[in-house]
Amino acid sequence: MSYQQETTQRKAMWAGVNVLVLLYAFIPVIWIVSLSFKDAGTLNDGNFLPRSPSAESYQQIFTDYEFIRALINSIGICVISTFIALVFGTMAAYAIARLDFPGKKTIVAVSLLIAMFPQIALVTPLFQIQTAIGTFDTWLGLIIPYVTFALPLAIYTLSAFFREIPWELEKAAKMDGATPYQAFRKVITPLAMPGVFTTAILVFIACWNDFLFAISFTTTSASRTVPAALSYFTGATTYERPTAAIAAAAVIITIPIVIFVLFFQRRIVAGLTSGAVKG
Amino acid sequence: MTTSSAGPAALGADAGTAIAKQRHSEGKRAERRLGLLLCAPAIIVMLAVAAYPLIYAVWLSFFRADLRTPDDQEFIGLGNYITVLSSPIWWNAFGVTMFITVIGTFFQLVLGMLLAIVMHRTIIGRGLVRTSALVPYAIVTVVAAFSWRFAWTQNLGWLAGESAPLTDRWSSLWIIILSEVWKTVPFMALLLMAGLALVPEDLLKAASMDGANAWQRFWRVTVPIIKPAILVALLFRTLDSFRIFDNIFVLTSGANDTASVSILAYNNLIRGLNLGIGSTMSVLIFISIAIIAFIYIKLFGAAAPGAGDDRR
Repeated sequence: MSYQQETTQRKAMWAGVNVLVLLYAFIPVIWIVSLSFKDAGTLNDGNFLPRSPSAESYQQIFTDYEFIRALINSIGICVISTFIALVFGTMAAYAIARLDFPGKKTIVAVSLLIAMFPQIALVTPLFQIQTAIGTFDTWLGLIIPYVTFALPLAIYTLSAFFREIPWELEKAAKMDGATPYQAFRKVITPLAMPGVFTTAILVFIACWNDFLFAISFTTTSASRTVPAALSYFTGATTYERPTAAIAAAAVIITIPIVIFVLFFQRRIVAGLTSGAVKG
Repeated sequence: MTTSSAGPAALGADAGTAIAKQRHSEGKRAERRLGLLLCAPAIIVMLAVAAYPLIYAVWLSFFRADLRTPDDQEFIGLGNYITVLSSPIWWNAFGVTMFITVIGTFFQLVLGMLLAIVMHRTIIGRGLVRTSALVPYAIVTVVAAFSWRFAWTQNLGWLAGESAPLTDRWSSLWIIILSEVWKTVPFMALLLMAGLALVPEDLLKAASMDGANAWQRFWRVTVPIIKPAILVALLFRTLDSFRIFDNIFVLTSGANDTASVSILAYNNLIRGLNLGIGSTMSVLIFISIAIIAFIYIKLFGAAAPGAGDDRR
């Protein structure tokens, strides 16, 4: 067998394997998309692909006040939580990566502990506390636990990134006459930004994904996020099974995250692996 | 330190070093202060929202505290623990959780390893494969769970046809595992791929020269080197699987004896409003997780994240 033939064969083999991976990743996604495009008549035909695609379900959910409200809640709550977790996390991660101070190991250990915490263990006490102080069923009531659980992730990922930055550059810039602020702003910040940005995506995905807190600490559309709203969906009339509407809503909340992930794939891989393995 | 600029010239050599030392230790102290100051907000939030409520949950677990009968709150010691631990419902949920955790983690490891090898080794379309493999990670768990639920719903789903597997206990459990595995294999694969990148190609080549086949190279060369990555991935996935909630909630809501411990605790708390029993279950789940983590760290010591990292 010639070398040429062998490489062609190996290529064909890998192509086959790759197709399997693609099918694995995409089949459930294509299925829910196809379900969202089925019209009422063909919804229950059991076909994988819609016979007569229609955007009916999308029209339905975008005229549904509950869904739009939930979408706004999700975006607002997740953006605010991500921002706060990022600010606190960056401060702590910088200190952990760069400064020498007592209790550093304890902080790292505690955040690891929280990352592995069974979240259900906090639902009862937080439910009690939140009803007592009046944050139950408000944005704040979700932002607080989201920030807490996002912090370990942020601290781990960011301190892994910060350790990779060549900090001598800062000194060099100061030697060249830059003020400490300039050195930090012009030299360190641009190097740190990709790490911060990656962490922001990871934290945002974690918040966007939450379901347990969202159904435990909300009772009305005032703060219910989309994942929780999905499980309470009733459709246009109460008796109609809102399968297609759920599918459409599911697609809507998936699109932004999938785009994020596909676009920043390299960085996300770096973030996940550095945070988890090197952390 | 305004005086020190004129200092060293006027003072003796000893005094000069003393000042330098003092200045040095003051710098150290400032560094410590800054370090703690920068960590303070994160620590305060984590303590206030995780540590304090946990202690409160332990406290509540010793009380009869049912929101439907609020006047009947009473200290009953280990009463709730006896109630929960002697209940077959709890042990059924515990068994379900363990089953899903053990079987699920096993499949995640095997498939994750396969996927990692494909992502690491494939000679064509590597970028495409790596990117697409991330898709399940990006899908909201609830959405993925709905996709599987509809796929297995009688008459509606492409996988179900005339059958209704989600109304039967064992087929439901396997679908729950499938849904959990599908979603988390990419994460497992990423961690393992990071390990695979550390395996020196020369070593594999040398082993191949010595006549080792692919299987032997994998077991004798690759696995020992990536062991730390495997252990970290296993630890993460085991602890995460034990907390399983979203998938079961959407797929079966815990019907037909498919409730996990988290579902059971949730039902007692939010649906039943029984804070005492709910807290007791929460504490028991916390203890279980702590035991699992302890076993892993005891068994694998230095491989645990955070341990033996002297760069900190």
